[in-house]
Amino acid sequence: MILSYFPGCTLKNKAKDLDMYARKCAEALGITLEEIENWQCCGGVFTTAKDEVATKLSSVRALKDAQSKGRALVTVCSACHNVIKQTNAAMKDEEFADKVNRYMGEEPYDGGAEVIHYLEMLRDLVGFDKIAEKVVNPLKGKKIAAYYGCLLLRPNKVMAFDDPENPQIMEDFIKAIGATPVYYSYRNECCGGYISMESPTLAKSKSERVMESALANEAELMVTACPLCRYNLIKNGATIPVVYFTELLAEALGIKEVAND
Amino acid sequence: MTNNYGNMREEIIRISGVNPAKCMACGKCTGTCPAYDEMEYHPHQFVAMIKGGNIEPLIKSESVYKCLTCFACAERCPRGVEPAKLIDAVRLLATRPKGSNRLSPDQVPAMLDDETPQQLLVSAFRKYTK
Repeated sequence: MILSYFPGCTLKNKAKDLDMYARKCAEALGITLEEIENWQCCGGVFTTAKDEVATKLSSVRALKDAQSKGRALVTVCSACHNVIKQTNAAMKDEEFADKVNRYMGEEPYDGGAEVIHYLEMLRDLVGFDKIAEKVVNPLKGKKIAAYYGCLLLRPNKVMAFDDPENPQIMEDFIKAIGATPVYYSYRNECCGGYISMESPTLAKSKSERVMESALANEAELMVTACPLCRYNLIKNGATIPVVYFTELLAEALGIKEVAND
Repeated sequence: MTNNYGNMREEIIRISGVNPAKCMACGKCTGTCPAYDEMEYHPHQFVAMIKGGNIEPLIKSESVYKCLTCFACAERCPRGVEPAKLIDAVRLLATRPKGSNRLSPDQVPAMLDDETPQQLLVSAFRKYTK
């Protein structure tokens, strides 16, 4: 199966592991991720205003490219996923779509492409049971805290990723690779996000609270899909490793050497 | 243009797509806001003040730049008001006029460390500049 793939700016730079292991693991699971040609940065944050057109064009171009090939568009980074999926939903509004399509050449785009996050791909197209069968290095006994943050879950009426207050997909992923999920109350609360540039102290207090909540429930490792969450958590004193979920998948599938920590 | 804040109420409602009149003043948005401690005006006040046409203090307030766009307020609102979208609209009215950018590229090198993800830079520029 070939799916279109939007890596995003950070996966080409500071989060190369997130990208590399996403591709390698997909291949091992029978899916080829074909990178969209000439993709442009999603901009990191969705602009909610109905008169913001220019900030949505890069996402619409990527969506249109995937639709023209008859494929779903796969994202890995939480921010890319949030921006592109919310943009896709905004394109269902005819008045807004009409403004955007003035920049789209002769073929208009109608919001018809499907946007799926890599974790959804694992759950819905591969199946966690199939992944469990392919695990060669089960992470047995490892207590792993899934950190969802905001972007994968909210707003739920658009993202429709999982139950926004009691999500399960990352815990199911953790079980599939043989480890033990840790449930903690701050797993869907904000790490501070981009506020670490405007107010590092606010970002610190938010990230510390997430980490404290995970530690209080005996987490040994934290897993995320978001480069900015990972950055904030590590910068603000994480005392356990914070890794990308694709790295753990690669370890479990025998694609990456198991880290000694 | 002199004082145009009266029209701004309609502008905010139009571009946000939010109807602040749906608010029943329960305060859940503010209760769940992770930026509460650093905000002069809290999410429920944005809703109430926009509803009442009292826009000027909001546009001039630092609170506009403290919102994390985490959407907790929007997700947890029992009336579907989505305060985050109202705050985003006020932010745009604050940053759109010429010379109103909050962040300049010249400031960035001093803010970087070896691990700063590109995502942080593009997100900050999207929220603090126009």
